[in-house]
Amino acid sequence: MTVELGHFALILALTIALLQGTLPLRGAARGDVRAMAVAPAAAVVQAVLVAVSFGCLVAAYVVSDFSVLNVALNSHSSKPLIYKVAGAWGNHEGSMLLWVLILALFGGAVAVFGGNLPLGLKARALAVQAWIAAGFYLFILITSNPFARLLPPPADGKGLNPLLQDPGLALHPPFLYLGYVGFSMAFSFAVAALIEGRVDAGWARWVRPWTLAAWVFLTIGIALGSWWAYYELGWGGWWFWDPVENASLLPWLAGTALLHSAVVVEKRDALKGWTIFLAIITFALSLLGTFLVRSGVLTSVHAFATDPERGVFILALLVIIIGGSLVLFAWRGPSLEGGGLFQPVSREGALLLNNLLLTTAAAAVLLGTLYPLLLEAMGGGKVSVGPPFFNAVFLPLMAPLVVAMAVGPLLPWKRGALAAVLPRLWVAAVAAAAATALALALLGDAAGIGLLGFGLAAWLFAGTLTEVAARIQLFAVPLRVSLRRAAGLPRAAWGMTVAHAGLAIAIAGMTGAAIGKTEVIRALAPGETVAAAGLTIRFDGLSQVAGGNYEAIQGRLTVKRQGEPVAVMTPERRIYPVEGRETTEAAIRSRPWGDLYLVIGTTEADGRTVVRVYVNPLVPWIWTGALVMVVGGAISLADRRLRLGAPARRATVPATIPVATARSEG
Amino acid sequence: MTRHRRRPVRAAIASALLPFLAIGAAAAVEPREMLADPALEARAREISRGLRCVVCQNESIDESHADLARDLRRLVRERLAAGDSDGEVTRYVVSRYGDFVLLKPPLKASTYALWFGPLVILAAGAVAVAVYFRRQAAPASAAGAPTGAPPSAASTTPLSAEEERRLARLLDRETDPSRVDEGHRP
Repeated sequence: MTVELGHFALILALTIALLQGTLPLRGAARGDVRAMAVAPAAAVVQAVLVAVSFGCLVAAYVVSDFSVLNVALNSHSSKPLIYKVAGAWGNHEGSMLLWVLILALFGGAVAVFGGNLPLGLKARALAVQAWIAAGFYLFILITSNPFARLLPPPADGKGLNPLLQDPGLALHPPFLYLGYVGFSMAFSFAVAALIEGRVDAGWARWVRPWTLAAWVFLTIGIALGSWWAYYELGWGGWWFWDPVENASLLPWLAGTALLHSAVVVEKRDALKGWTIFLAIITFALSLLGTFLVRSGVLTSVHAFATDPERGVFILALLVIIIGGSLVLFAWRGPSLEGGGLFQPVSREGALLLNNLLLTTAAAAVLLGTLYPLLLEAMGGGKVSVGPPFFNAVFLPLMAPLVVAMAVGPLLPWKRGALAAVLPRLWVAAVAAAAATALALALLGDAAGIGLLGFGLAAWLFAGTLTEVAARIQLFAVPLRVSLRRAAGLPRAAWGMTVAHAGLAIAIAGMTGAAIGKTEVIRALAPGETVAAAGLTIRFDGLSQVAGGNYEAIQGRLTVKRQGEPVAVMTPERRIYPVEGRETTEAAIRSRPWGDLYLVIGTTEADGRTVVRVYVNPLVPWIWTGALVMVVGGAISLADRRLRLGAPARRATVPATIPVATARSEG
Repeated sequence: MTRHRRRPVRAAIASALLPFLAIGAAAAVEPREMLADPALEARAREISRGLRCVVCQNESIDESHADLARDLRRLVRERLAAGDSDGEVTRYVVSRYGDFVLLKPPLKASTYALWFGPLVILAAGAVAVAVYFRRQAAPASAAGAPTGAPPSAASTTPLSAEEERRLARLLDRETDPSRVDEGHRP
């Protein structure tokens, strides 16, 4: 009964979406306030209906209702509760329902928190949002119904892939989708602006918080995913340039570019057409990611061709949404130009360089991800595009971006001079040289050009601090005054500082993981030891332990440094009898300067057990950096301009702050 | 990483599970496969990282658990032990499995678009940016206005007293290096 209620709620949501997609558009065109007011109301109703629908599916998982096909295929009565709940989105149908839930929640959030939005823009944006939602409701109801019944119901379910039974991966999809789908808001605002034919600083200010929120969530989602890969897949890698990973990186790159170009629209009223285009592309890449992951086209072109129903449906949605919006852009976009002028060397110019490099990087990753598919589809044979290609193309694009990241924030708007800015970065230059030299001394020259990664990280970190020090006039005025200035800086400025510093930390971590890794693989009998990176690791033996829904073989290893025991570590191999699969559980000892990462493998015929020892310097910095970036995004999100939004609230700004209008400052 | 409860394991279950574990967990390079000479083994690892496990998804033979990957790892080491250079080993594997086995696709007619694509995109983007600045500069200089003035009708109408005052304040602040207030510009 609950399940039918969920199914029915989803159908109702579809009808509401159709209403929300039509009436407010007409209202906005005719200036009919009552018709426009339908949009926010419908958006809230839609959010509630999809929440009910999703809740019903989760309820079916929690009570293990195996008369529901989806539950029977993806759950088991012996699973811990958290993985019963997470199992609801650990499969195709459920994850699509989560997708539309988040879409509807974002629409509802705009309706509830968008009180300062102009009525017409809000009505149109919500109408566009409703059309996207309607497409995906149809997709779920027609091709991927999670509420289908199974008669007769089996005695128990088939279980959930044990790799997914992990707290990191239970949370990974919701955050990833909050990011992916969050960019739909920027897209809907962009299309609404195209329909209206007007983009101004106000528009950018309304769009930025939604884009920023999506970016924050996507950053969390990607970081969780790579963290999971690091500790669960069992060989200490954290990014594999896998097509599924690339699918999440693409909207992140485009979304990052969008965040920065929206700043130019907001402050200088320039790059309007480009920003609209980026908003469309960012969501298009989110949809493409959904298509790539959900259609099975990645496994092989043939797998897609043999069961094409879902893939073709999403592909059609993709073509309609992206194609339609691009046609609209080609029609209305050219009228959006104009606005503030600026010289190539200026803050705007630096942000444009950021956009050029980020979008080129996104295009390169897209090309590499799709190339094998395209080549095979065109009969050009099979080709593999792996990590060596992506590293060779992506890193040379990112290095100049990081160099420019320290310079850009120091440049004034409109017109600047490098000769005035570069000398102020002497601290950053010294820090970069020192970091590279230190890395060379510690790691030797075998790593070659990779050592520059540490230099870049130090350059960016010190450059970012230089910028904030200049803003608060540190050392130029008494410390008390500096602190007061620091407290008075807008939160958006602090957000940028923190996020850029976070990237610097992450780059240091990535470089350390890439070039500083030590790996030792040995087969050890109990009592034997292995040495790695100044540590002695003794294999004490194996024991068998039981978990909730798995059995495990646990290795016990004593780690010593110069004869002094520092830790006892217990990596495991787990077997999940229901699913008939096994996982490796690495034992990780995380310290600020790096991880000791131990994995046990098979026991060989002579009684020796394979022990893998990895010493991964600075790896925790990758996720620390990501977390700092997220905090930066959140700080920026708390900026009063974004909360207040409309320039109409200008009167409430304290009188001590000089007020200028953006349009007349040329 | 260990969130389990420790409890006595029934021997029957354990013994039933053991053979399964032995089959499933052949994770990547095994010590018994490795060459005694560390320099040679290091070369084998390096070559292995560039070769795709052709039955897996996006995994090198160095990382893969698959039987085929293990066979290839052995093959690479056999060739190295027999005195082949790194290039010879790779060519030998490619001769048996085709270019598909290379994670770094070779540069040839069918991959020109892949390798040069990013460069072309970057160049096209740079040209577009250059055109943007040219177009921006053209109307401004044609109108004889100082750079930075919008080429709109607004620039020809005289400023109101309020705007004059605002302009003066802005110019004042332009000389202030801290520019601390810019975040507050609406």
